[in-house]
Amino acid sequence: MAILVVAEHDNDTLKASTLCTIAAAKVLGGDINVLVAGENCGAAAEAAAKCEGVTKALHADGSHLAHQLAEDLAALIVSMAGDYSHILAPASTFGKNVMPRAAALLDVQQVSDITSIEDADTFIRPIYAGNAMAKVKSKDAIKVITVRQTAYDAVAEEGGSGTVEQIGAGEDVAGSEFVGQELSKSDRPELTSARVIISGGRGMQSGDNFPMLEEIADKLGAAVGASRAAVDAGFVPNDYQVGQTGKVVAPELYIAVGISGAIQHLAGMKDSKVIVAINKDEEAPIFQIADYGLVADLFKAVPELNEELGKIEVRK
Amino acid sequence: MKLLVAVKRVVDYNVKVRVKSDGTGVETANVKMSMNPFDEIGIEEAVRLKEAGTATEVIAISLGVQQCQETIRTALAMGADRGIHVLTDDVLEPLAVAKLMKAIVDKESPDMVILGKQAIDDDANQTGQMLAALLGWPQGTFASKLTANGDSLEVVREVDGGLETIKISLPAVITTDLRLNEPRYASLPNIMKAKKKPIDQMAPADLGVDVTPRLETVSVVEPEKREGGVKVETVAELIDKLQNEAKVI
Ligand SMILES: Cc1cc2nc3c(=O)[nH]c(=O)nc-3n(C[C@H](O)[C@H](O)[C@H](O)COP(=O)(O)OP(=O)(O)OC[C@H]3O[C@@H](n4cnc5c(N)ncnc54)[C@H](O)[C@@H]3O)c2cc1C
Ligand SMILES: Nc1ncnc2c1ncn2[C@@H]1O[C@H](COP(=O)(O)O)[C@@H](O)[C@H]1O
Repeated sequence: MAILVVAEHDNDTLKASTLCTIAAAKVLGGDINVLVAGENCGAAAEAAAKCEGVTKALHADGSHLAHQLAEDLAALIVSMAGDYSHILAPASTFGKNVMPRAAALLDVQQVSDITSIEDADTFIRPIYAGNAMAKVKSKDAIKVITVRQTAYDAVAEEGGSGTVEQIGAGEDVAGSEFVGQELSKSDRPELTSARVIISGGRGMQSGDNFPMLEEIADKLGAAVGASRAAVDAGFVPNDYQVGQTGKVVAPELYIAVGISGAIQHLAGMKDSKVIVAINKDEEAPIFQIADYGLVADLFKAVPELNEELGKIEVRK
Repeated sequence: MKLLVAVKRVVDYNVKVRVKSDGTGVETANVKMSMNPFDEIGIEEAVRLKEAGTATEVIAISLGVQQCQETIRTALAMGADRGIHVLTDDVLEPLAVAKLMKAIVDKESPDMVILGKQAIDDDANQTGQMLAALLGWPQGTFASKLTANGDSLEVVREVDGGLETIKISLPAVITTDLRLNEPRYASLPNIMKAKKKPIDQMAPADLGVDVTPRLETVSVVEPEKREGGVKVETVAELIDKLQNEAKVI
């Protein structure tokens, strides 16, 4: 049994999501190959070969793969699929875009966003915003799977002894072209792999108040997130959204500020180790899952928290 | 431009679903059902394209039990012109839905098919991408802005790092994200008018599609419950707990 992991990367380095997906592949057991498809992505392929558990990195290079458009990448995956029992990718916007396209071309019903592997055919995945966990058994010959990043600890980036093999870049599928991107720039950790996250909701009232959270984030080495309401209101960009239809996170510490705790938000953060809620409404549902709840006006509590944190030695 | 828009009937997003005690699924009897919120966004976008003169016809399609007709009626009340209902009591997985929709596309030849990025019941996030694959069409997933330029579309996509813009040729498949638009409420006169709009009904067999599931649901269980914690009175107490009890800062 050989497993193909489709790497998410930026041509130079692998995303943490890839390391977690390799960890899931290790649970299945067997040879693990990692497809690194991109343009001038040799460095990322080298990095993949070094990861714990990887036997081979398959390096596909071509200008049409520069932005990993679903049409091109799915065609490439399909052309290699015959050699594998399982094809895995992270359940990030990258994997969600590409993998169902490949699955349909292979006539396979994909298993999305798995949180556990029971055996080679059987997986657990959340449904209904995580209010139920379904155990499903796939009858397809090839399993096409996306993996919830927070369910698996990243494998070590060193210590593997895989090789790098050059493979063809596949066809340039017409019809789709990359125009541009507007990526949020930040020196803070990525939401999906941050140890600490501080998120703001509608209670923040305006994007102008988010620097209050950023100051605390910088003291704690945290990432900043948000509820859908805060994104919809334009306080912060879309990639801050934590939840059922945004990012799923599971940090050691999640601080929810001015967030009520709708099911859709909880779906994205309830697996955090420690949850803190700051909300002026003591009835807010977020308090039902918070380890530490502070009923307070955030405009008073947050500056105070920032000031107090400044006085002590904190772990980053 | 002719548009086909998928509208799924799902448990309303405000309902907290309960797992059935026999572990076969979640309780859907006597539970409020609604149009999948991402599909409301899809219909809204299609109707706006029609109002702008870009689209000529908007067809709403739903697949599933008889009551999907209500979901289609809602779409018609929002401004869709006619409906297609693929009637079945069988469980439809995303691959089966994509195959059925492909058969409809082959008959109707729309220029664009709009689906939601994700159904809030199965949370699969697959059907649009699968349909695009089966049709051999380009896909613009997780769209937060659509601009039609003759025979192509510019699509701004919500991705994990921010926003990405792609250009895809028509015909194409689009899946909607939350920021694409804010769906309207149907007005009473439009709800009345919608009752007269036609809905075609057919069965999967009429479309020659085998919908046998590929996944067997072994069990459905409740997630691990989180114990509620304590309330702290002051910021100082919070910091103390985080440092000395939880040891996370
Ligand atoms: C299809 C769909 C998908 C969705 N996906 C997501 C998702 O992925 N993520 C997500 O987050 N939501 C999602 N939602 C939205 C979700 O249902 C809620 O509407 C949203 O989470 C509410 O955000 P909020 O808690 O910031 O706002 P609100 O519910 O308005 O809560 C604001 C809170 O701030 C508190 N507050 C106000 N002022 C202060 C103050 N001065 N000090 C302290 N507290 C204060 C209030 O007491 C209140 O509890 C989705 C909804 C749908 C329909
Ligand atoms: N039974 C169905 N009827 C109508 N549309 C559907 C159905 N199943 C899926 N869809 C469409 O596909 C989208 C994504 O669903 P999913 O892939 O299941 O998350 C939904 O938002 C709908 O637009």
